[in-house]
Amino acid sequence: MASVRWRPGKAAAALALLPTAVVVLLLFVGGTGWAALVSLTSSKMLANWNFVGFDQYAALFSNPRWLKSLANMLIFGVCFISTSLIVGFLLAIFLDQRIRGESIFRTIYLYSYATSFIVAGLVWRWIFNPTLGIQDAVRDLGFETFTFDWIVDQRLAIFTIVIAAVWHGAGLVMVIALAGIRGVDAEIWKALKVDGIPAWRAYLFVILPTVRTSIVTAVVLMMIGVVRLYDVVVAMTNGGPGSATEVPAKFIVDNLFERQNIALATAASTSLLALMLCLIVPYLIWQRAKGRRADA
Amino acid sequence: MTVMQGPQGPRPQTFSAARFGIYVFLVVAALFFLMPLYVMIITSLKPMAEIREGAIFALPLAPTLEPWAKAWSSACTGLQCDGLNVGFMNSVIITVPSVVISILFGMINGYALSLWRPAYGNWLFGVLMLGAFVPVQVLFYPLVRMVATLGLFGSLPGIVLVQVIFSLPVMTLLFRNYYASLPIELFKAARVDGAGFWRTWFAIMLPLSGPMLIVACILKATNTWNDYVLGLIFAGRDNLPMTVQLNNIVNSTMGEREYNMEMAATLLTALVPLAIYFVSGRWFVRGIAAGAVKG
Repeated sequence: MASVRWRPGKAAAALALLPTAVVVLLLFVGGTGWAALVSLTSSKMLANWNFVGFDQYAALFSNPRWLKSLANMLIFGVCFISTSLIVGFLLAIFLDQRIRGESIFRTIYLYSYATSFIVAGLVWRWIFNPTLGIQDAVRDLGFETFTFDWIVDQRLAIFTIVIAAVWHGAGLVMVIALAGIRGVDAEIWKALKVDGIPAWRAYLFVILPTVRTSIVTAVVLMMIGVVRLYDVVVAMTNGGPGSATEVPAKFIVDNLFERQNIALATAASTSLLALMLCLIVPYLIWQRAKGRRADA
Repeated sequence: MTVMQGPQGPRPQTFSAARFGIYVFLVVAALFFLMPLYVMIITSLKPMAEIREGAIFALPLAPTLEPWAKAWSSACTGLQCDGLNVGFMNSVIITVPSVVISILFGMINGYALSLWRPAYGNWLFGVLMLGAFVPVQVLFYPLVRMVATLGLFGSLPGIVLVQVIFSLPVMTLLFRNYYASLPIELFKAARVDGAGFWRTWFAIMLPLSGPMLIVACILKATNTWNDYVLGLIFAGRDNLPMTVQLNNIVNSTMGEREYNMEMAATLLTALVPLAIYFVSGRWFVRGIAAGAVKG
């Protein structure tokens, strides 16, 4: 395509891209910078340009609710991503065994992904209801002392959110993993069969490493979800009991719209962006390096 | 990437304990995934007297559709008791223009970037993709101010605009990759004939866009319908989408909570995306795979 000369069509193409370019420059680049600038001011309900350096960040990182939110995000992220990966890959591997009714199973594992996080949060909140939910159902079976009240337990409530999120998202990992496994070269399978390698070893030591691109993709997608985590929490616990399930996204929205603390909210969002960049930039560099190797 | 090849795993023996175990695992997992749907459905059909008994997994003894009727036409959010149909209509009028405009931009962007390659096109695309990784919360404050400056904050055009903006990266990506995968000869032939940017798109590319149109449509419609936080912030009180209204109904209840009505309302909200999913199955999977693979 290097030989394409300038023609009037090119001007039209550039013109067609103009709205997107404006959004990218004004909002994605400009807006991010703007938010970062506001985080250096003393803005409360209204923005002002009274710069106070990193005072807001100092306030932020001594704010117990923010620290709790960060800790919760970490716990949630680790549990959610690892559980979804294990469940998703196990489902994909087992589905790959010439299963009868494979498409029915697949449909069942993925339908939850089509529903809203609000729906997921509300239904699991009802299931975990300590007086009328699972706990009561099991007690009715005769286990009088059975206790399952995680959703009202300060220490365990965050794990109910993990369960709801895994239910919602594990199907996506299954789809990505299955696509990866089905993309493995047929020759590899033949070689494994000729060598008489047991299936579990084949999956663990040969197939899993070959589908690592799918794994990375799934992890990156889930990490984005973890940083954005908001809807499920609002629907399920609204941050409670106490501040047991507060998350950074909720901290930002609350401070922006309810507590009228714009500078603190933008300091929080800018911190979140910095964290995201620490996670994403290595991934993008890895992808580029991979692309180069493929080109070479 | 093709998602739907046949299984290539080792061919199993006829029957074995291991094979039985595989099916047990798959069925148990299926029960876990189906359980919330089952609980939603049976809870929504029970009268409150049965709900108070507990027995969350028991089938309704005297099934009733009353909770559904209440959820749809008289459930309360705060002081207003007009039911979820208000939110349903709002979600429809938010989703339809959002889908149409997003896809239009996605198509034009993808077409311009993949086939015309204007100056700085790769830069634009790169920054756009980076934008997909920016947590939405980072952009809330600047976006609220910008939309307010345009006089659109808390209005239908406002929420549609925000929906379109946040779907620019993925829609552009989908169509850019799709157009790049088409045979370039078609495009070259049109250009030799002297057709310009718009005519080439209209005469050659648009008629070929069918499959990706369906995928993008499903993806965007589901995402928009399921959105909560954008609707909450940008739609304004008169246009709150169904998800926001649902959460308000459930989380602002005074007095005894009507769990049957709440579950009926939850199911009603899930109905549209679930219908899309069950009807379009294969296309839905293609959409999330295409969006995911080069996230």
